[in-house]
Amino acid sequence: MAVLQSKQDALQARLSGLQFAPGGWLGAARSEALRRVTAMGLPGKRDEYWRYSDPTGLNATDATPVDLFDPLDEPAPFSGVDRLKIVFVDGVFDASQSDALALEGVQIEHLAEAGRADIHWASALYGVLETRGQSPVQRPLAALNSAFAAQGVLIRVTATPSKPISLIYQHKTATSDAMLHHCVKVESGAEVTILENGAAAARLSHVMEVDVADGARFHHIRAQGRAHLRQAITHLFARIGRNAAFKSFTLTANGHLTRNEAVLELLGADSVAHVAGAALGDGDFHHDDTVFITHAAERCESRQVFKKVLKNGAVGVFQGKILVKQGAQKTDGYQISQALMLDDDSQFLAKPELEIYADDVKCSHGSTSGAIDETALFYLRSRGVPLRAAQSLLVLAFLAEAIAEIEDEEISDDIRQRLQSWLARHEH
Amino acid sequence: MLEINNLHVKLEEEDKVILRGVNLSIGAGEVHAIMGPNGSGKSTLSYVLSGRDGYEVTEGSATLDGEELLEMEPEARAAAGLFLAFQYPVEIPGVGNMTFLRTAVNAQRKTRGEPEISAGDFLKLVREKAKTLKIDADMLKRPVNVGFSGGEKKRNEILQMAMLEPKMCILDETDSGLDVDAMKLVSEGVNALRGAGRSFLVITHYQRLLDHIKPDFVHIMAAGRIIKTGGPELALEVENNGYADLLAEGV
Ligand SMILES: Nc1ncnc2c1ncn2[C@@H]1O[C@H](COP(=O)(O)OP(=O)(O)OP(=O)(O)O)[C@@H](O)[C@H]1O
Ligand SMILES: [Mg+2]
Repeated sequence: MAVLQSKQDALQARLSGLQFAPGGWLGAARSEALRRVTAMGLPGKRDEYWRYSDPTGLNATDATPVDLFDPLDEPAPFSGVDRLKIVFVDGVFDASQSDALALEGVQIEHLAEAGRADIHWASALYGVLETRGQSPVQRPLAALNSAFAAQGVLIRVTATPSKPISLIYQHKTATSDAMLHHCVKVESGAEVTILENGAAAARLSHVMEVDVADGARFHHIRAQGRAHLRQAITHLFARIGRNAAFKSFTLTANGHLTRNEAVLELLGADSVAHVAGAALGDGDFHHDDTVFITHAAERCESRQVFKKVLKNGAVGVFQGKILVKQGAQKTDGYQISQALMLDDDSQFLAKPELEIYADDVKCSHGSTSGAIDETALFYLRSRGVPLRAAQSLLVLAFLAEAIAEIEDEEISDDIRQRLQSWLARHEH
Repeated sequence: MLEINNLHVKLEEEDKVILRGVNLSIGAGEVHAIMGPNGSGKSTLSYVLSGRDGYEVTEGSATLDGEELLEMEPEARAAAGLFLAFQYPVEIPGVGNMTFLRTAVNAQRKTRGEPEISAGDFLKLVREKAKTLKIDADMLKRPVNVGFSGGEKKRNEILQMAMLEPKMCILDETDSGLDVDAMKLVSEGVNALRGAGRSFLVITHYQRLLDHIKPDFVHIMAAGRIIKTGGPELALEVENNGYADLLAEGV
């Protein structure tokens, strides 16, 4: 099928602003990615997969400048957590703010340096999971990232490190345009927690490919940056082995456009894949969670828990699919997407999908949107809880199921703190 | 304590008048009961006093210890010492009962300029009060009223009352849905709070509750008005003869 001219034109314009870096195994992977994206063109507004979100700002040659966010006296996310810090400023690694990349049980390398070698473990991952994720739906912006991302880390986890690895994305230049691509390989029996936070740039393209081997566990907690006009497209690709666990949670507060895609494949029996998100939007905010989970093995459990709090015209989108392949018996798939509308101006668009080719499975999905429960609000106030506090309590209660997906208590407390301070800043 | 004067209330959204000149005076330490046919306006009176939206006061006043209640936000009324045990307690998914109780206790303390209760003291207090009401630890941990049986919800209301120690307690059909033993528990809970100048307004359909919680006065409400006031014997009369005669008299 011929690719639409408009998509090709968009791609050509975008490519004109990018620099291709050849050489090493990475150069080869990049060329292939370039071929993939060239065959697809960039996403268009008429694509079924982009029906609810407009990719124009993500396709544009240059990023729209964005004012830096002032956190006031609020500490950065995860400040209190003992962690290994890896800092990127406007998408570029900053050694001066980062810890030494040394942690027992883990090898951490820079993409650019490691990519110059002829052979590397990451060549079996980089662009590979992204390629698997291109069918049945195309994700051209992920291929574009694989072709051009110059920054990122390759993390190989061989044992269980004593602390989380924290990727910190600072936004310091109004016009910055960042592309980050990370690979994480969690080897058999190992367990790791990856934290991510910050706006990164005026515009961010982010890909993380994760290989969770048999018996391994991967935890991911992300707090996306709060600059009001920033734009971000992120892709999380994961391949999950037997008896393994993949758990990812994202907090998104503010942001002009955020599209978080997660493409997870359960390939070994008895594993779990959980992906959750809490999004808070006030005003010019468009937030899209697009998830595709494939059950290709028996007795796996997947959960998608997405909650959005919207006001002043904010838009929330959820597209979530569970695909249960033939033979994936005893699959337990759960999906919920809900929006809490704090006024009448906001919008929630949800497209939950199930596609099942096995007969002995349990899958459920639900999607709702509604206002704050006035009766509950009055009940709280009648007990002496002031209006604002009562509202916050009910908003947090609404988000509780998503936050409960974070296993670590210190981290979930941190996230809850952030939610509270957002609510305090965005009181009616 | 509570003075209600010629209170007229209509629905905000419709031209429906519900209360048509309620007069009621409750002194410190007194227990008053209100009985009356379904739909006569008993719950409406309790909601209007506690500040629920949706009603419009067209005439009259209500004061608590001289303070005009009807001008205050619901939370301010609570902090001033008013408490309503709901006829239909509300379920709040996602908010733990314990968190709810502690938030309420501390919010009221804060409004009154008192220090917060420490986590340890709070826990001790809740456990002790919960035990007397036979509310188990599991019910304290669960989300507020979610999945509670009818009787459990009512006991939970009394637990909140015991924790908040209000001075003016309105109980709206707290006895309905309670089994005989639970009724005794709840009554004991209420009686334990009597004294210290604390007043009660008990809304009920059944004289049985009033055997346990002895009222000083019984009022009959009909069509948005108090049509008769008497002693405990009035409740017996209702129990035996229904409202027909009283209504005929009241016209
Ligand atoms: N929000 C409302 N919308 C419509 N009608 C209402 C509303 N609130 C109260 N009413 C009406 O006002 C009248 C009084 O209701 P209320 O609940 O106060 O009665 P009650 O005396 O408590 O009755 P019951 O003994 O059945 O509990 C009823 O006719 C009721 O339908
Ligand atoms: Mg009633």
